[in-house]
Amino acid sequence: MARNGGFSRRRRSGSADGFDLSPTDSEEAHVLAVDDSLVDRKFIERLLKTSSCKVTAVDSGMRALQFLGLDEEKSPVDFDSLKVDLIITDYCMPGMTGYELLKKIKECSALREIPVVIMSSENVVARIDRCLEEGAEDFIMKPVKPSDVRRLKDYMARGFRGESCERNNHKRKLHDHSSDHLFQSSSPSVSPASWSSTSLTSGSADPSSPPSVSSSQPQSPLIASSAPSSPSSLEIWNHRPDGSE
Amino acid sequence: MEVALMQRRLEDYTKSLFMEGLLDAQFLQLQQLQDDSNPEFVREVVSLFFEDSQKLLNDLTSALDQQIVDFRKVDSYVHQLKGSSSSIGAQRVKNTCIVFRTFCEEQNAEGCVRCLQQVKQEYYLVKTRLETLYRLEQQVVAAGGSIPAVEFNSF
Repeated sequence: MARNGGFSRRRRSGSADGFDLSPTDSEEAHVLAVDDSLVDRKFIERLLKTSSCKVTAVDSGMRALQFLGLDEEKSPVDFDSLKVDLIITDYCMPGMTGYELLKKIKECSALREIPVVIMSSENVVARIDRCLEEGAEDFIMKPVKPSDVRRLKDYMARGFRGESCERNNHKRKLHDHSSDHLFQSSSPSVSPASWSSTSLTSGSADPSSPPSVSSSQPQSPLIASSAPSSPSSLEIWNHRPDGSE
Repeated sequence: MEVALMQRRLEDYTKSLFMEGLLDAQFLQLQQLQDDSNPEFVREVVSLFFEDSQKLLNDLTSALDQQIVDFRKVDSYVHQLKGSSSSIGAQRVKNTCIVFRTFCEEQNAEGCVRCLQQVKQEYYLVKTRLETLYRLEQQVVAAGGSIPAVEFNSF
């Protein structure tokens, strides 16, 4: 089922031609991944598939919209048959950026309920805020980690879309550290896992939102990225209690 | 016995790549995504990285060769190279790209040219080492052994 992008997919109209997605499989989440980088597409696709997601990977915002049926004359009447549960898109792409794609999706009544997650290799606060304000559910720093994917699945499982109005509470502590540093950016001090349900404030009594934001890793605390891959106190940021890697 | 020796050699070689900073934890992520259902995953991603990088390096060489350098274009190429090297864990390539980008921002052509040389060196180095790594792995597999998983904490 995995595709490495590069070709447009037409909306299914009930026929079996085109691609081999199994019809509305309610057990497996279907993720539409958008990234112009072939390396990243292959990586995210594999990462998602190991988390039992069906993946459609495309190489541009245009192709994503085509897949979602937005560029066609008729409205996506049988959109339900596509059943995209999550859209994860790179921010920096030629042509249409991830932000522009996000806007187009949120402007469409048929699609705006689909959670959209933005990925970026750059920790630019203004960019992150802009995406969140536009309706992105999360903003993940690249390279994406398995723990990020686990969190994404939580969004989909919890019907996150209904909580999008609480986005104002989800501002995480902002750090103005550049993402350009010499350490592997694998463990930020702040996880956006708290966005989905609780506000990120120090001293919060909410068990899913621990007050400590310190990182055990020797690097600048990047915002909006994955929880650390090594077992540490930050594992409890994840919705799921196991937090094991 | 021979298999065990090969495995040991492979393990040592792999560790050296991490010790020297050529690879970082992201490479281990790639390896962890490989399994029996996708036994060539790492090699496939790394091959894509090689193809991608070679093209970017060619584009960079040509862009910096122009009379009037388009620094935005150069920066865009470096950004892409930084992204893909980061995705596979080619740490030194990535770090060189980071420095490279600051020269782009400064519109420093000389600095960019120097960085290009350096990034090429780092790229060819990691490419050679990864190819050797793959060969060592294949030897182990051919001899009937399995590839030992390397734990990051072990170095």
